[in-house]
Amino acid sequence: MVVLWGSNARETHPIFFHHVLRAVRAGARLVVVDPRRTATAEFADLWLPIDVGADIPLAHAIAHEIIAAGLVHEEFVARATTGYAEFAAQVADWSPERAEAVTGVPADLVRAAAHAYATAPKAQLCWTLGITEHRSGVDNVLALCNLALLCGHVGRWGSGLSPLRGQNNVQGGGDMGALPNRLPGFQAVTDPEARTRVEAVWGHPVPPEDGRNLTEMFAAMETGDLRAVYVLGENPAQSEADVTRARRLLGDLEHLVVQDLYLTRTAELADVVLPATAAWCEADGTVTNSERRVQRVRAAVRPPQGARDDLAILTAVAERLGTPIGPPDPETMWDELRRVSPLHAGMSWVRIEALGGIQWPCPSETGLEPSFLHGRLWADDPAERGRPAPFSVVEWVPPADPLAADFPIRLTTGRRLDSYNTGVQTRRFSSPLRFGETVDLSPADADALGVAPGEVVRVVSRRGAVEAPVRIDPGLRAGLAFMTLHFGDDVDTNRLTIEAVDPKSGTAEFKATAVRIERIPAPVGAPDAPPAR
Amino acid sequence: MTDGAGNPAPAPGATVTVTVDGRTVEVPDGATVLDACTAAGVDTPTLCFGDTITARNVCRICVVDVAGSRALVPSCSRRAEPGMEIGTDTPRVRHARRMVLELLASSVDLSLTDHVEEWSIRYGADPDRFGPDAATVAQPVKVDNDCFVRDYSRCILCYQCTDACGEQWQHTFAIAIAGRGFGATVSTEHDVTLPDSACVYCGNCIEVCPTDALMFRTEFDLRTMGAWAPERQTRTDTICAFCGVGCTLTLHVQRGATDDEGDRIVKVTSPHGSSVTGGNLCIKGRFGAGHVHS
Repeated sequence: MVVLWGSNARETHPIFFHHVLRAVRAGARLVVVDPRRTATAEFADLWLPIDVGADIPLAHAIAHEIIAAGLVHEEFVARATTGYAEFAAQVADWSPERAEAVTGVPADLVRAAAHAYATAPKAQLCWTLGITEHRSGVDNVLALCNLALLCGHVGRWGSGLSPLRGQNNVQGGGDMGALPNRLPGFQAVTDPEARTRVEAVWGHPVPPEDGRNLTEMFAAMETGDLRAVYVLGENPAQSEADVTRARRLLGDLEHLVVQDLYLTRTAELADVVLPATAAWCEADGTVTNSERRVQRVRAAVRPPQGARDDLAILTAVAERLGTPIGPPDPETMWDELRRVSPLHAGMSWVRIEALGGIQWPCPSETGLEPSFLHGRLWADDPAERGRPAPFSVVEWVPPADPLAADFPIRLTTGRRLDSYNTGVQTRRFSSPLRFGETVDLSPADADALGVAPGEVVRVVSRRGAVEAPVRIDPGLRAGLAFMTLHFGDDVDTNRLTIEAVDPKSGTAEFKATAVRIERIPAPVGAPDAPPAR
Repeated sequence: MTDGAGNPAPAPGATVTVTVDGRTVEVPDGATVLDACTAAGVDTPTLCFGDTITARNVCRICVVDVAGSRALVPSCSRRAEPGMEIGTDTPRVRHARRMVLELLASSVDLSLTDHVEEWSIRYGADPDRFGPDAATVAQPVKVDNDCFVRDYSRCILCYQCTDACGEQWQHTFAIAIAGRGFGATVSTEHDVTLPDSACVYCGNCIEVCPTDALMFRTEFDLRTMGAWAPERQTRTDTICAFCGVGCTLTLHVQRGATDDEGDRIVKVTSPHGSSVTGGNLCIKGRFGAGHVHS
């Protein structure tokens, strides 16, 4: 069985979805939890039409039903988990009927999904940004983890929890320590043992406290504590929620450096722009995919004149700062990582090449670990089983931007098949599927507003307004609208979104904005103005 | 459990012994006659057979003689059975392969199909013997989008594109076989253009097409201009940048004719043995590379 929760994998992870389809054809059941009836949901045995931001009540109701029906994997829960009693007490309040009132998901569907998940011999629970781009993103994930623990659907081949990563190296970036609280190898900055290991190789002390995440950096820009910023391969002037504020803060910096392939909207604000090569085809290195597989990227194309490899730029900057960090050679850098990161110690480039990629953990150059994590939880020997996995008692936090009479429609955002993020790369290829930005409305809302497909309307939130043509999507339920972030040069969707941030992850609630749709009266005397009646 | 051809599931670890042209070979249980021929070092011509699609055995160029079998046997889909005596170069086999080559090459443009010239010499095929009035599938190239073109004058109706688009990989079902007999052709619904069809431009049909009837627009345009230069092309494997799945892209790069002319990604494929892709990509991986040239 496969559960896709807050994921439109058919469009956003198409080749992963091929694997899902192969499983479905072989008899696996597919459950899709999504506010929209997406192309993914079309393939599902069960589609749970959840209201945006109601993930925790839905997960709690599924847990409630699993417990009430006696379908808990009691042996696993007893041996490998902690906190079950507190968790069970909490979800006891969340009957499917109570949840239906706040999730919109009919109670019988909740029961069907709960029974299917709990009784499946193997079940994979996957999610994407529909879970994490909320101010309760981390708690949403924990609520899903509870379901896996309840049924023992973790730590076994074919059973597990899978966040589907949105970028080719978002996993690898974190693994390499490009997070404010992590060292290379995903080791905590606050872990003295890890720091000592890194310091021994680097020959420099490592500050023992966490840095600021992106959201905290913007907050520090607001207070003036952060006055210089160096942005690599990111376009916050278009990708941040409440982008008007982001642009103001970036523009007010004393010094902004942007390293990118293109003169992005962020680069336009910069004091210094460092032209970089395309890491996936003009440079050598590695990336790590969603299944923790480290794979080689290779230079295939000579870069344009003046563009330099990211590594060459960074080593040159380090040199100028008086701290040489070694030659700009990716394999040398990788071998340094292997010395500080036990997860990667066994992954030589030769071996990565020979095996077509290696999944971490890979502590040794001989042998490979199982392709799934947490198998220890099933060990008979308590010592080998190690620390039990905790159930999490998480409370529902509704979206920060409430619906109201003047903002009655829930706008959610996502990607389309042929485009990627702010479109910096994808708008540069000609796609027959592309129709530019639209505001997608349900047939019922379009009817109530009296708008026709293609009519340009104003979408207004508590922070800003944009104009976009209407597209009618029968996959949307009444009260739900959809836009992308792909065409910010034309329609700045992030003027609408809210910078309501999950304090644990620093991720903004891109998925839940309250809006209203306004018709734009034709200007008086305009040639296409309808005749007065 | 059966495979796509209805065969029972093979026993793991078991082997089957057969003879190929008198040589004894041992192959894993579940292997095809074609696998046995390959194991015996015999080169077998194939056209409709692809390594990522369940064999349809429609072209019949891979046929072999099997002792005790009245009809010739398509080696690509027939399972090797214990004691099978396989003949790959009997007069019957040579005659059948020659006829298949002559019938196909007289009606279909196979000029871009690998090995056809070599096989034609091997089997003495003379497609011109049917005369200048022999029926052909010649028709204008369908150029209706910037991603790929469809030249059905090169199509041998191997079904691989429809299977890749349909239930074997993509599940988009934008194309199917329409018409009957010699008039049968690969078509979108009501023969609409690709932009009006269900096509999502994954290009997984191009990946499996054995005759280059389906071709990247970049390749088609370069060929039309006389600028397609395989001798200046390299292939490099890297990883797609457009999501977290980690699909291997094989970038086919054509170096500029002069130093001033930059490199160009002219085609993108994926290794058929990749555990991530199985040779498949989406529109972004297949056609989205152009941004590095902008």
